[in-house]
Amino acid sequence: MSINATLLIQMIAFMLLIWLVNKVLWAPLSKLMEDRQKKIADGLSAAEKGKHELELAEQKAKDVLKDAKTQAQNILGQAEKRGSEIVEDAKVKATEEAGRIKASAQAEIEQEVSRAREGLRKEVSSIAISGAEKILGKEVDAAAHNDMLETLIKSI
Amino acid sequence: MGTVEYIQHHLTNNSIGEGFWTLNIDTIVVSLILGALIVFVSARLGRQLSTGEPGGFQNFVESILDFVATNVRDAFPGHNPIIAPLALTIFIWVWLMNFMDMIPVDLFPYLFQLITGDSHAFLKIVPTTDLNTTLAMALTVFVLIIFYSIKIKGVWGFTKMFLFHPFGKFFIPVNIVMTFIEEISKPLSLALRLFGNMFAGELVFLLIALIGGTLAVGAAALFWAPLQIILDLGWLIFHLLVITLQAFIFMVLTIVYLGMAHDESH
Repeated sequence: MSINATLLIQMIAFMLLIWLVNKVLWAPLSKLMEDRQKKIADGLSAAEKGKHELELAEQKAKDVLKDAKTQAQNILGQAEKRGSEIVEDAKVKATEEAGRIKASAQAEIEQEVSRAREGLRKEVSSIAISGAEKILGKEVDAAAHNDMLETLIKSI
Repeated sequence: MGTVEYIQHHLTNNSIGEGFWTLNIDTIVVSLILGALIVFVSARLGRQLSTGEPGGFQNFVESILDFVATNVRDAFPGHNPIIAPLALTIFIWVWLMNFMDMIPVDLFPYLFQLITGDSHAFLKIVPTTDLNTTLAMALTVFVLIIFYSIKIKGVWGFTKMFLFHPFGKFFIPVNIVMTFIEEISKPLSLALRLFGNMFAGELVFLLIALIGGTLAVGAAALFWAPLQIILDLGWLIFHLLVITLQAFIFMVLTIVYLGMAHDESH
């Protein structure tokens, strides 16, 4: 029961054990637990970050989609405008063409008319001369009555 | 063998040497074996540590570590890397040494006597029922208290604590005596509390063991033996609580005393 040298041995053993426990148990295990805690915290913050990024990406996707829609609308509008322009253009061109064709046809007709008139005129003058010859019973000098003939032809 | 002899025999250490230079072999060997066990198991665990999912045993050890760390955080104000390992060592080692009390009181002495062939060989396998063990730990803690008191408060601060505490500058002689008693009572109460509890616990186990042993003769054993078993079981369960509590108290008080040593205003 008495205090003896065992005390000294036990003190040394105790100090040694503290040192050893720190070395083989406390230090590695507490470091490990700290590491794990850090890992968990990192994982959580990473998850939070991921969530945030997902939100951003969703927002971005929405924006892009909206942009695309507007652009599509624009293109569609432009195409419509262009289409109606083309149609308008075609109409104008067609009208011009029609006008041109009409004009040329008219010109041809007029030409035809004037040609016919010319022919008619010559015929009329010859008929008139031959009629007059018959009436007068003699040859009419075309040159002498040229003035009269001219006025006759012109009156036709 | 009489009752008194039986008890005395069980409460005597197996020792060699004379006077102060006596070594209690059983105390030293058992406590060293238990210390070695802690180191060995820790080292084995250390090789298979994993940051991921901890296995069963690692989980268990981690929860003990966490428990100790929580206590240190709660009761220790400053930062000192030695406190937590110290507290952990105290808790595990004291608990294991106390746990030797749970082994049937006659088992190891009987085996030891068989092995040595000496029917009167002494063996006391609970190191904490030896005042040397508890006082050794308490004194080590005391040395740390003094060391850190002086380190944190300085020599003058430490002296001032003796001169002006607790009654101010007009009661310096009284203060010196009071502070001296206060400081000395720390290791003494630590050592004696643990020793007293474990010694008394062991004594009760011995008394219970006597019921079925010495008291029971012949047919009476039929009555006494079951009683002994029931009483033994009851005390075992209760004492399991006591040994844990004592290990815990020793640890917490160590933390608190060292916390006080680190408190500059004290």
